[in-house]
Amino acid sequence: MASALINVPDRARRGEIVEIKTLISHPMETGYRRSQLGARIPRDIIRLLVCTYNGTEVFRAELHPAITANPFFVFSTVATESGTLTFQWTGDNGFSVTETAAITVD
Amino acid sequence: MVALAGASFAGEIPQAERRSGYELMSRETRAMQDDDTANPGMLAVLEGGALWARKTGAGGRACADCHGDARAGMKGVAARYPAYDAALKRPVNLEQRINRCRTERQQAPALAYESRELLALTAYVARQSRGLPIDITVDARTQPFLDSGRAAFYRRQGQLNLACSQCHDDHWGRRLAGNTIPQAHPTGYPVYRLEWQSLGSLQRRLRNCLVGIRAEPYEYGAPEMVELELFLMWRARGMAIETPGVRP
Amino acid sequence: MNRETSRREFLAGAAAGLGLGAVIAVTPAHATPQEMQDAIRRVVGSAPVTKGRVKLELPPLSENGNTVPLTVSVESAMTPADHVRAIHVFTELNPQPEVVTFRLGPRAGRARVSTRIRLANTQTVTAIGELSDGSFWSATAAVVVTLAACLEDA
Repeated sequence: MASALINVPDRARRGEIVEIKTLISHPMETGYRRSQLGARIPRDIIRLLVCTYNGTEVFRAELHPAITANPFFVFSTVATESGTLTFQWTGDNGFSVTETAAITVD
Repeated sequence: MVALAGASFAGEIPQAERRSGYELMSRETRAMQDDDTANPGMLAVLEGGALWARKTGAGGRACADCHGDARAGMKGVAARYPAYDAALKRPVNLEQRINRCRTERQQAPALAYESRELLALTAYVARQSRGLPIDITVDARTQPFLDSGRAAFYRRQGQLNLACSQCHDDHWGRRLAGNTIPQAHPTGYPVYRLEWQSLGSLQRRLRNCLVGIRAEPYEYGAPEMVELELFLMWRARGMAIETPGVRP
Repeated sequence: MNRETSRREFLAGAAAGLGLGAVIAVTPAHATPQEMQDAIRRVVGSAPVTKGRVKLELPPLSENGNTVPLTVSVESAMTPADHVRAIHVFTELNPQPEVVTFRLGPRAGRARVSTRIRLANTQTVTAIGELSDGSFWSATAAVVVTLAACLEDA
């Protein structure tokens, strides 16, 4: 059960650059750690975050194990029209979480 | 490693000089705590809110069914814990109180210490006291446990023969390894510790301290652990709850 | 987080170098600056990388190497004709050099992204900005990473 926190302004003026913050719970197991018995703990990370705006991709992050647990990103997009921002995180072991946020653009 | 000689302790930090670990952190870490949209501890608070409303146990009851909206019902609660439990005749911490509700009122199994669910519920409940002053009741019933916790705080222990007070009363503000030694006020628990990359309880942090001085760590839920929590919260009386805190 | 190079791994490397029989295949505990240069080459190809236009903000002394806040920005008008296509971040001493790649475009409005990264040692972080005209720009920042006190025995 992964939880995600997304911060997108509810409304913006057309053409305004809006700041988006995303935070999702995930251990981002690097694959470089060893257990007490010396066995390598397998990698288990989020590999991709894709943000689409009314279906058009506007941001993508390709993650490697050096991204801290509970990956956090701040990025921006131009408020072009009212609609939906969709965030999809995918990763190892079939991890896939999708969240949406609505934005009203005047 | 600083050699701390002598058995005389500087004594309790004067009330006016007490500072939360928050004030000793870097600007970046403070910013992480301050922003609810960037604080990883808020993920647990979010989950706790969902658990609060979820029906569970043989009784099929949610926390909300008895306690209503946590924002009102739980306001001030975390600031009073650990608190005396009349049935058990000893103080219990917030985690234990939540588990008592689960087993006795919800007929649900107790949640394991440091489990995701227990941390989420504790964080959610404690978050409702954010900004409120810590207010531990000291009376005839709690006094002996408080004294026991205080004695533990000032007792040298472990292979390094250190008492908590030697770092946290006498040398707070100085550096140990890469960190600044805080005064050790549990204002932000459950806390998102950067070292853990996850949320954890005060007990988990105390176990880290005990391992740090090479002493046998108390078990989760042990009476000694709760007594020490009680003393630490009393020592921090009047300071504001910051849950979910972020700490190095 | 496990940061040490185990003696077994180090000795395995030494044994292999001396040609002393059975070679144990282990992943090194940390990459090298050369591996980082190779990783950068895989991204930029034969194009030159020029210092400038990229700003990399990292705390000079990190509170904890597990969580180091990073902000990278690139000067750009972010128009369809002239914008930042991607920003790539690398380290020289983490177990692997790649940290993250951000894919942007004119819809971003500005080329500025923040995140939190892990740094295994005191080291220098490198950010490469890839522009729509195919040019590459870079910036570096050095971070001191210390060990926390009072750890878990995990």
